[in-house]
Amino acid sequence: MLEASASDRLPTQADVVVIGGGVVGCAIARELSRYRLSVVVLERAPDVAMGTSKANSGILHAGFDAEPGTWKARLNVRGARLYREISEDLGIPRRRVGSLVVAQDADQLATLEELRLRGIENGLTGLALWGRDELLAHEPNLSPELVGALWAPMAAIVCPFTATFAFAENAIRNGARIVTECAVTGIEVVDNRVTAVKTSLGRIATSYVVNAAGVHSGEVALMAGDDSFTITPRRGEYVLFDHSVGDLVRSVVFPTPTKLSKGILVAPTVHGNVFIGPNASDIEDLEDHETTRHGFAEIISGARRVVPNLPLGNAITEFAGIRAVAGKDFVIGLSPVTGGLVHAAGIQSPGLTAAPAIAETIVEYLGEAGLKLVPNPAFTPINPVRPKFVDMSIGERARLIAADPLYGRIICRCESITEGEIVAAIQAPCGARTMDGVKRRVRAGMGRCQGGFCGPRVTAIIARELGVAVTEVCKDSAGSWLYLPRSETVSAEPNHA
Amino acid sequence: MHEFHYDVVTIGGGPAGMAAALSAKDAGAKQVLIIERDRELGGILQQCIHNGFGLRRFDKELTGPGYAHRYIEMVKQAGIDVWLDSTVLSADPGGIITSVSPDKGMRVVTCAATVYSMGCRERTRGAIRIPGSRPAGVLTAGAAQRMVNMEGYSPGRNVVIVGSGDIGLIMARRMSLEGAHVKAVFEIMPYSNGLNRNIVQCLEDFDIPLHLSHSVVAVHGEDHVTGITVAKVDAKLNPIAGTEFDMDCDCLLLSVGLIPENELGRAHALEIDPVTGGAVVDQFRRTNMSGFFAAGNVLHVHDLVDWVSQEAEIAGRSAALHALGKLPKVNVFRSVAAGDGIRYVVPQKLSPPGGRPTVRFFMRATQPMGASVVQLHADGQIVWESNHPVVKPSEMIVADIPWKKIGAAREISFTVAPAPEEPESRDAPQAEEAL
Repeated sequence: MLEASASDRLPTQADVVVIGGGVVGCAIARELSRYRLSVVVLERAPDVAMGTSKANSGILHAGFDAEPGTWKARLNVRGARLYREISEDLGIPRRRVGSLVVAQDADQLATLEELRLRGIENGLTGLALWGRDELLAHEPNLSPELVGALWAPMAAIVCPFTATFAFAENAIRNGARIVTECAVTGIEVVDNRVTAVKTSLGRIATSYVVNAAGVHSGEVALMAGDDSFTITPRRGEYVLFDHSVGDLVRSVVFPTPTKLSKGILVAPTVHGNVFIGPNASDIEDLEDHETTRHGFAEIISGARRVVPNLPLGNAITEFAGIRAVAGKDFVIGLSPVTGGLVHAAGIQSPGLTAAPAIAETIVEYLGEAGLKLVPNPAFTPINPVRPKFVDMSIGERARLIAADPLYGRIICRCESITEGEIVAAIQAPCGARTMDGVKRRVRAGMGRCQGGFCGPRVTAIIARELGVAVTEVCKDSAGSWLYLPRSETVSAEPNHA
Repeated sequence: MHEFHYDVVTIGGGPAGMAAALSAKDAGAKQVLIIERDRELGGILQQCIHNGFGLRRFDKELTGPGYAHRYIEMVKQAGIDVWLDSTVLSADPGGIITSVSPDKGMRVVTCAATVYSMGCRERTRGAIRIPGSRPAGVLTAGAAQRMVNMEGYSPGRNVVIVGSGDIGLIMARRMSLEGAHVKAVFEIMPYSNGLNRNIVQCLEDFDIPLHLSHSVVAVHGEDHVTGITVAKVDAKLNPIAGTEFDMDCDCLLLSVGLIPENELGRAHALEIDPVTGGAVVDQFRRTNMSGFFAAGNVLHVHDLVDWVSQEAEIAGRSAALHALGKLPKVNVFRSVAAGDGIRYVVPQKLSPPGGRPTVRFFMRATQPMGASVVQLHADGQIVWESNHPVVKPSEMIVADIPWKKIGAAREISFTVAPAPEEPESRDAPQAEEAL
């Protein structure tokens, strides 16, 4: 749509093809870019972070939930540690806010003790059981009927899109390629080994394929003749609140978990908002992102058990994300059927936390499978820092605007985002091409007016920077057009039959 | 970085900011500044290209840009400074205002008095929690209005409008004139939220059906909106099972309310009226923050721009008097309550009279009524009343009350109730165009 011809976009050969541009696929590409390899990420949407990575809780979990010995447990704890360095290097704002699992009665208190012991077994230190008074002193807006909590000081929050973009950008800076709007249509297998990936843009020869296709990872495995797992999509709905009520909770607050999910949580975001959610409903359609009235009722009543006075009047948006459930654990490792195929599949919570550790593990498996891992001497682990107007001092702002006047024009007034930041987000490696792409990178349109003010302005900036017509700018997916030329307004339907 | 000093600064150069600045100048303020984030003055008026503005203020039917133009000329002639393309980042106690613009960078202004005149924003889909998918093609009526009228692009061909606010009604007509098929307007309340005149001229004249007591229960479409599901609602506004029906569309416009844009004040201790979403003010439009005044849609959402201008004149004059040290400092206020049938009253409190013989109150009714009587109660006595052939939540009730009626009363409230006797049947007076 907005790019050069297909043949320019897709190389004919690569050492490794990563299918899926979510946080896991992008983290894997970045990890692979440490080595002298040609790496191509294929993403069928117009942007990365368009699946589960765009709609989740944004939490770096402490790591006490998963059963000891599982991939989830190991990779969660390892991933959370890796983020401490990665978030600095890649520019992923991270806040160590801690998490609380709250109990409503003695039975739930007993579960908290089990969780604490499990956390110790998973290698965590610093977990503490709090009584009611300690809990309410820390979180005054919680229900006074709660009886105690498990405090995990190491839990942190990040923005899941920022994390994905940061991995993607660093991968590109180190030589990886990310090809968007490129759907995988088949995988060629000869003598039980992967030889090529067929796509909507053509064929790419490769000996190694990483399956990081999220909810579609079951289909990708089948393309290579591997039916060793299936994906059940499980939808979770959220309500997000404006940062004017961002002090509702200080830490991530979970109810005591059930078998099905971690429950409806109330949590801050790294940008100062608060959300409630998610519920958990098994769905038929892998792409069913619809929110429901029933779902809203479920998460609102769930959240009210923890925070009785929800500021519903300050809700700014609702959305749904889809977990890719393959069973109890992640599906990590070599395909049991097809050589050269490695799975990073069935990644649900704590997938965001685990992503950098998944990436390490997948690269180890690729090495085991014969991929030559020669260090890339030019590898740079760091992304350059782009200015964030809202976080700057008045003097820094003055100098920035003197150097580039576009940083003096506020486009998104809710989040104080300047034109300079929007232009930088479009021009960056793995830059924004859509309205939602801009929104997820710099937060223009993410605030309380939801783009009502800045939407037309951002559309014009995207059109100008990409050299396309305003009518070609999309919301996110290829068919999500926003505006028609006025001459094309006339309806084919009879006027008021 | 340069520092600047002014007597009065208005934050926002729409109708409220311009009128306040002019009246501040008139009242003796020497240095007056308007800070406007857009590239021209006029605010939302510039995209309101329909006519009907100014019947009260100018005794003439003007378009939005026409109304704005008159004020822009007056501002030029009055010697008021204007900073365009400049966004106010903060307005701190003591009158310290920080703004930013591309060509001038960061500028800090100190001023003796500030008028909040930032206007309002539209309520969004998220605020009213419409379930379903989140495709392109769902936008607020005002954003669509800007795209059509100022940028020259259209949001779709087959349009459904949610909410019967005035901007939605205006856009129903606007999209029809563009050749689009405006299929219906759905309003969750059992009555319209727009001016009667807009119902007639924007819907009835174009055969666009208005469905009252209906709510959108789902939005459909993966990429771009393909349709919606609508249901009737019960008295508690909950959808009634079994009444759902689908309607195809490629554009869903929302006109579901306006919210005063008070974030600058909320960053400090500005007292906000939970009903209006604007500041709590006295008859001088003085807020609880010393030296800060408020007028227009940032104070409460108006139906007519003419009222905005008049209210802003009060705020501008008060700001000038404050800057000149002529506005008496007050610590004790009498509150004015919204009694039965009244949703809110502005001003919400009274300080001692300031030389003018009357005080103007703006009110909104809680629900539509036929022939009604609005009454002012002072210490339990009805001291003033006025008859109205019809009362609607969408149309402002304006009352100019002589101070002598209020006297020294401690308990002051307004009520509205059906008139005791059925007056002669007659049509409601035509209201002017909404802002």
